[in-house]
Amino acid sequence: MTEVLVIGSGPAGLAAACAARALGRRVVLLDASDYVGGQYWRHLPPERPARREAVLHHGWSRFQAMSQALERDPLCEIVTSAHVWAIDAGRVHVMVGEADGAGREARTYAAAAVVFATGAFDRALPIPGWDLPGVFTAGGAQALAKGERVAVGQRVVVAGSGPFLLPVASSLVQAGSTVVGVYEASHLAHLARQWTARPWQLLATPAKLLELAHYASVHVKNRIPYATGRAVTAIHGGQRVESVTISAIDETWRPIPGGDVVVAADAVCLGHGFTPRVELPIAAGCRLDARRFVQVDEHQRTSVAAFYAAGEITGIGGVDLSLSEGTIAGHMAAGGHLEDRALRDARARRDALRSFAERLERAHRIGENWTDWLSDETIVCRCEEVSVGRLRSVAETSRSSGLRSLKLQSRAGLGACQGRMCGRSVETILAAAAPGGHLIDESTTDRRPIATPIRLAELAFGNDKSVEK
Amino acid sequence: MDVTIVDRGPAAGGTSAAGEGNLLVSDKGPGAELELAKYSLDLWRSLVGSLEDELGSAFAPVEYDPKGGVVAASSASDAEALFRFAEAQRGVGVDARTLSVAEALALEPELSPAIAAAVFYPHDAQVQPAVASEALLASARAAGTRVLTGTAITGALRDSGGRLIGVTTTNGSISADDVVVAAGPWSGDVARLLGGVLHVGPRKGLLLVTTRMAHRVLHKVYDTSYVGAVQSDSSALQTSSVIESTAAGTVLIGSSRQDVGFDDRIDVAVLRAIAANAIRLMPFLADAMVMRAYGGFRPFSRDHLPIIGPDLDVPGLWYATGHEGAGIGLAPATAELLTALLLGEPTSIAVEAFLPGRASLVGTA
Amino acid sequence: MMARLVRAAQDPIGPLAPTRITLTVDGEPVEGVLGQTLAGVMLSADTVAWRSTSFRDKPRGAFCGIGVCFDCLVVVNGQRDVRACQRRAAPGDVVEFHRDMPLSTPEERP
Repeated sequence: MTEVLVIGSGPAGLAAACAARALGRRVVLLDASDYVGGQYWRHLPPERPARREAVLHHGWSRFQAMSQALERDPLCEIVTSAHVWAIDAGRVHVMVGEADGAGREARTYAAAAVVFATGAFDRALPIPGWDLPGVFTAGGAQALAKGERVAVGQRVVVAGSGPFLLPVASSLVQAGSTVVGVYEASHLAHLARQWTARPWQLLATPAKLLELAHYASVHVKNRIPYATGRAVTAIHGGQRVESVTISAIDETWRPIPGGDVVVAADAVCLGHGFTPRVELPIAAGCRLDARRFVQVDEHQRTSVAAFYAAGEITGIGGVDLSLSEGTIAGHMAAGGHLEDRALRDARARRDALRSFAERLERAHRIGENWTDWLSDETIVCRCEEVSVGRLRSVAETSRSSGLRSLKLQSRAGLGACQGRMCGRSVETILAAAAPGGHLIDESTTDRRPIATPIRLAELAFGNDKSVEK
Repeated sequence: MDVTIVDRGPAAGGTSAAGEGNLLVSDKGPGAELELAKYSLDLWRSLVGSLEDELGSAFAPVEYDPKGGVVAASSASDAEALFRFAEAQRGVGVDARTLSVAEALALEPELSPAIAAAVFYPHDAQVQPAVASEALLASARAAGTRVLTGTAITGALRDSGGRLIGVTTTNGSISADDVVVAAGPWSGDVARLLGGVLHVGPRKGLLLVTTRMAHRVLHKVYDTSYVGAVQSDSSALQTSSVIESTAAGTVLIGSSRQDVGFDDRIDVAVLRAIAANAIRLMPFLADAMVMRAYGGFRPFSRDHLPIIGPDLDVPGLWYATGHEGAGIGLAPATAELLTALLLGEPTSIAVEAFLPGRASLVGTA
Repeated sequence: MMARLVRAAQDPIGPLAPTRITLTVDGEPVEGVLGQTLAGVMLSADTVAWRSTSFRDKPRGAFCGIGVCFDCLVVVNGQRDVRACQRRAAPGDVVEFHRDMPLSTPEERP
């Protein structure tokens, strides 16, 4: 019987699995990829061995220690290529097999406790031309560099907001690209204010500072220009990226007239923060907090009994926070106590890192006037090719303040990605155009009961015989 | 008339946004509801054009598509029952054309060749239900209707004699000579706040949506159990196939009926049954990718007929609800009947079967 | 060449000899390395677009790289809706591009 089911094998999931095993529980660790590590430790598959892959990674030895211990452990079953597509009545429905395949093996788990460690993906704000080939999310470019050894371009612009842009630029350099520049939308003065508000808090997280210092040194060594208060506000090209417009922006991210420069580039990497992957916790009935991350208490418990959450789905805080939260979640899911000695370090680190994470979030939060760089023609929903003008037009003509109705009128968020890419931007643009400047229904773009696509035959004929009690 | 529409949420946020937008005659046997449907589908035909003219091309398309429906029978005995049903419908003026397997496949090439027979209903049609609701609302607004969304009814306003003279809401009181409850499956709750007794319950339905594909489902396609399910009294789970393409290239796959209250969670066993039915009817769908499932609640009345007209015990209180899965299709005719009743004018079709005081609704409480 | 595979000789990780595989992409033979995803194979050949959008007929390829955006969909061995960034390339795979006919809905058209 599965006592602890961990969904996601990035830092939080691996730490959770290790902690649950340390208490002797049987663990099943699921990941949709065909190997463990998540986005943070995305690496080459075994078919592509290399002598020094560790140079691409931080904490590689920690990763290897955790993953190898779990792989050797007969009471931990690691199921890769495991696509969790639904949760109902506490049961976790999984297809095991290749991505978007057919006839995959259906499994259903009814575990005593479940830990969600599903992570987050880059948010990219819509920009005129962001649908051109050659535009990538920052995390996507990094995944291709680390997991494929593909350089997405020769001359690459990195833009958005947050410290994550730095490791992305480093990965690009290590893949042989020239990083034209890293353009951080937040202003230096704003960053400085947030960072120095309580300087003693930084002392609690020396590892974070070391990591940032390392990236900074890579940047200095490779002479990567780093500019703050700058944003890519338009991307140009016919069939692919040829150049970008970089604008000076004010503290609300509104472009400052006369502050534009056009720079030649063949690839653009965008990262305006992150969106947590919350569809499974939502399907399980877990509440989100006001920032729309999974709400957890100090035990890493969600609002639903026996469901825990750890890592970036509870708030963006980086690898060390994810590891600490994972350790606590796994320990608690396995029936441990918060006061147990085994959690002392993890709890102290978590509390210190959380305040660090909150400061990062304040420092790099999205400026409310980013929408000023949109034109009516800018595509917002990439799947259904719904433009800004279309969104505003359905809101104005119907005077609706219901997200559901406005989505159905415009088709925004109804395509293949199910609003994962555009959802929050669509909400922002529609709310601004709605009567009174806000939407009134409780619906959001986060709810996706089918968490990953499934072939109709797999749905029809996947039976539930494999349910574990 | 001076009209105010009050909705606790945004418009078209409940059942209207959760259905397929069926405008059907095929699933109704001879009787009052079929007459209402025939009349309502006629109204829809002219309504769509006038809405488009009035609202202009900037308004989202209503996606009215008079594509017709194909009902397929899977066995010889089902075929016999289907043909009898169609013959009775023809007797009251429905265009229902019996098809051999070869004719059915010519009309709908992806149908399973294992079907026994089919009937084609050229008058079945489809709209995008949320957009259609918004279009009707926009038109009403242009005609002077006041629309208060985000406003919930909290109780009744009464005069010194106790007569209903309006409602209290979360945004203040509204006086009115007449109050019409048209709150779908929540109508019973609203009626109670206003002193009325109305038995309307939620019947949950789930739908699957595929990714976009080239159009291969040309009509609305159902199996014969759909007709049975629509008219069923069973409270157990029922699934029957309804398959159709949308203008955006996705395929909607239904349907289920379940009496589980307002529990909106997705039930995997129900999804599996819906999927299996659809593959049996149109085998090419086996490989289709399902990207979304959603559900909603049909407002059902005890005798499965709409409830249109005055509450006999509460003067000034009126109902327009209980249409189960046919509300979008029956909406224009319902509105017309209700308006005539409010004005004391003769109705264009018989209304007795829909009146709230009818025998089939009372006495079983 | 703009998008490309990091050249082994210049790669700081010191890759060992890769296993070459051949697949068919949009009717042409394309060489890849065992362990690459389909997106990896195509980007290594500087193919950055492999899908035309359904409404405006615009080119698309990889965007999020981690299976979230569904922009990189391809047809693999006859099966539609496969995310190229998630599917490992297998020797002999036949990859076709999604080229949906622009759908004629009454929505906004350029």
